[in-house]
Amino acid sequence: MSEITKEQIRQPENLVYTKTKLLTDKALSYCPGCGHGTAHRIVMEVIEELNAQSETIGIAPVGCSVLAYEFMNIDMQQAAHGRAPALATAVKRLMPEKLVFTYQGDGDLAAIGTAETIHACNRGENITIIFINNGIYGMTGGQMAPTTLPNMKASTCPYGRDVVTMGNPLKMTELVAQLPGVRYVTRQSVHTPGNVRKTKKAIRKAFDMQKENKGLTFVEIVSNCNSGWKMTPIQSNKWMEENMFPFYPLGDIKVDGQLVK
Amino acid sequence: MAKVKGDIVIDIEKCKGCEVCITACPNDVIAMAKNVNGKGYHYAESINEECIGCANCAIVCPDGVITVYKIKL
Repeated sequence: MSEITKEQIRQPENLVYTKTKLLTDKALSYCPGCGHGTAHRIVMEVIEELNAQSETIGIAPVGCSVLAYEFMNIDMQQAAHGRAPALATAVKRLMPEKLVFTYQGDGDLAAIGTAETIHACNRGENITIIFINNGIYGMTGGQMAPTTLPNMKASTCPYGRDVVTMGNPLKMTELVAQLPGVRYVTRQSVHTPGNVRKTKKAIRKAFDMQKENKGLTFVEIVSNCNSGWKMTPIQSNKWMEENMFPFYPLGDIKVDGQLVK
Repeated sequence: MAKVKGDIVIDIEKCKGCEVCITACPNDVIAMAKNVNGKGYHYAESINEECIGCANCAIVCPDGVITVYKIKL
């Protein structure tokens, strides 16, 4: 058999995977190895699969992903800190035929936006919330977030989070799963190829349910923050598996309005 | 002999050298280059012919810099 050259392999008909056109060509502003980039890409891949580029409105949060509208090539609106679910409620009520999602970090969704999140979930607004949980405030310099694990170090708790004085971590995903307006709640991650595929399926399921007007869908993605955690990307992914996942276990929490966990 | 043969093309100027693709690759095809790109990051590069086009590297790449090709032999 004759040897096949790289030029013969690199033909358009042999293409298996490339970055989706729904992401702009701008270089992402995230740190090397940050899960935000992967999360952005799979959200856009799902929208491409649904062929809904012109029917989707995304709501960008405040935090590392504040510039999400620069990278996602769809209609986007940026909300005040924590107010993304409130803005998404307005967008969805004014334009019920559009696919509306919010993309929020843990500082945005679980700290300043707790009230908006819980009330939007309780009202059962027909939107999708994508929640990136890395247990820290990444953009502002690694301060302690409500989701920071017990004894985990952050710049405002350099000896580790002491639950007696600083409170316990907030499991927003389990919290909103209790509310009757919420249809689908799941927790996933994007640090390995298998987990990325599962997360993509979960987001697809959430968007499909939104299209059928079945209520609020909530997808948490446990992610790393290697800069905030002061680790290399590989170390942070390992640390996340060893420390974050026992506290934030992956898997579906509520499916079709029924708690499964 | 392998039944499929793949190849990856890396956009080296957008690569941030996080090395997540290296751990995702089942055949150890990717390594970090000794050189750096315009931003000063050591970029990922393909170092051998073992690629099977599974696209694991491209799926986990946070910056989406990897394009994957595959042909059946």
